[in-house]
Amino acid sequence: MASDKKGAGPFRLIATLGLAGLFSGLVLVTVYLATQPLILENQAKALEAAIYQVVPGSETRKAYVVEDGKLVPFNAQGNNLPSGDAVFAALDAQGKLVGFGIPSEGAGFQDTIKLIYGYNPENKRVTGMQVLESRETPGLGDKIIKDLNFLSNFENLAIEPEVVSVAAGSKKNENEVDSISGATISSKAIVKIINSGNSKYLSLISALMESEEKP
Amino acid sequence: MGNLLWIFASAMVINNFTLAYFLGLCPFFGVSKKIDTAFRLGLANIFVMTITSVCAWFLNNYVLIHAPYLRVMTFIVVIASTVQFVEMAIKKLSPALFKALGIFLPLITTNCAILGLALFQTNRGYSFIEGISFALGAGAGLTLALVLMAGIREEAEISDLPDVIQGAAQAFLIAGILSLAFMGFAGLFSGA
Amino acid sequence: MADQSKLYRETVKGLWKENPVFIQLLGLCPALAVTNSAINGVAMGGATTFVLVGSSILVSLFRNLIPKQVRITSFIITIATFVTVADLTLQALLPAIHKELGAFIALIVVNCLILGRQEAFASRNKLPYAIGDAAGMSVGFTFALVILGGIREILGSGTLFGFPLFGESFEPWVIMILPPGGFLTLGVLLIIFAQFKKSRARKALVRLEKEAA
Repeated sequence: MASDKKGAGPFRLIATLGLAGLFSGLVLVTVYLATQPLILENQAKALEAAIYQVVPGSETRKAYVVEDGKLVPFNAQGNNLPSGDAVFAALDAQGKLVGFGIPSEGAGFQDTIKLIYGYNPENKRVTGMQVLESRETPGLGDKIIKDLNFLSNFENLAIEPEVVSVAAGSKKNENEVDSISGATISSKAIVKIINSGNSKYLSLISALMESEEKP
Repeated sequence: MGNLLWIFASAMVINNFTLAYFLGLCPFFGVSKKIDTAFRLGLANIFVMTITSVCAWFLNNYVLIHAPYLRVMTFIVVIASTVQFVEMAIKKLSPALFKALGIFLPLITTNCAILGLALFQTNRGYSFIEGISFALGAGAGLTLALVLMAGIREEAEISDLPDVIQGAAQAFLIAGILSLAFMGFAGLFSGA
Repeated sequence: MADQSKLYRETVKGLWKENPVFIQLLGLCPALAVTNSAINGVAMGGATTFVLVGSSILVSLFRNLIPKQVRITSFIITIATFVTVADLTLQALLPAIHKELGAFIALIVVNCLILGRQEAFASRNKLPYAIGDAAGMSVGFTFALVILGGIREILGSGTLFGFPLFGESFEPWVIMILPPGGFLTLGVLLIIFAQFKKSRARKALVRLEKEAA
């Protein structure tokens, strides 16, 4: 190394780091600008796919964010998604409201579970549920993601007085969810997360709908 | 409050940084031969992690909003220099504390557990307090894993094992069994 | 200009003799954390290859211009740049893989293998050797990850690269794709390698004794 001869002065050190930083900054900004639209598009697509699945019949969506205890429309620029608390109004092809996609999260068996569920304010029912992120035990807890029998619990689920999880196969009332045998705790966690989403957003959603009816 | 406790316990035992995320393996295998050293390294980790969490929160909320692509770079540079400053301050203010933790500080500054903490905290969008709780939990978890590992290895040292198992292989098997044991903590807060 | 045999030597040493994971025990964090399937091993190996070869080229090219006092800082800036590029590119083009690997892509920055190669090799050697060394180490690293991921996926899910291998009756060893499986697989592999090395050494010794007799 040329630097073996001692005495690279402070100017040289600063210049080297400055140049390295400048070069790296240029590269990063270029790559960022090139990839950002694609990344946002991917994220929006993933979220939309989930919303359209949990709210049957929906084809477009509108984001609302929580501001001062009220839901206000989120002004998106391009594919930007809101970063904080938000719910998504799901509209059909004619632009009529068919339901809401509500993201919620909470403690699972292993780690935090993130999910989104559909809610129909007309008949006050959950219309579907999809797990977005979880690290539940493969083969047991992760059945909450793909077990069709379990997922069908959420297709027409009453939420009043609250959603309750019951032992596998013993569902009798419309607000009950059959747990998965072998994954009781994960099933209960999902129910708990939906209830917490309900208590956080339902009053906001009904306030929003009232204000939109009489503009 | 419940949320803070969940974050703490989750980071400490359920999703222990070393045994479930494989972060900080270098010191875990390198410095886990004596309980005393392992314990002090663990304390130093708690200390650096708390500083890291504060730095990361500050950077995320005030500096990186407009330039998220600089996150990795900024985290490394800022964390390393902050730890160095704090190290100098401790050296001046409390030589006793410096003697106990000092030699470990440079060693763990660019440890993957430290950067991992900053990145996980960012990905999960923790608030300031949640971040601190996460850092304390993760640090306590590392300390626990290090001390347990050191304790077992001190015993294993005097037991008669076939020579192919000694060294790294033995450490990995012990870690595997510890990790298995820690899986028992899953579900700690989600029952009922 | 490059000495062929030296180039060859520097390239192949990373494949097995100085394999980063199995022999040097470097870069264990990504090697164990993401290898619950073979495909994750390939993805992590690919990202690491990109970063390692890229930084080695730059560091070797500029090795005479970087003052000694700031070399580590310069290496880290270089590595962090490549890691961020890899992170953003994967996120844009292969979002599914990126979600699977998560923060572990960004954690390539602190993979000691990469900084180690810059300090020990790229900053002291001419470009062709630096590329050879980086490529060899990367292939060795990826190889180790795919082996670990493959074993864990076969036993833990009964599949390889997503294709089912066994019939319906196979009960997967779920533990293998969970964290303990990572430690145990590597531990058992190391024992097998040690045993292999020991028996080879013994055979060589026997042969030497015969020749002497």
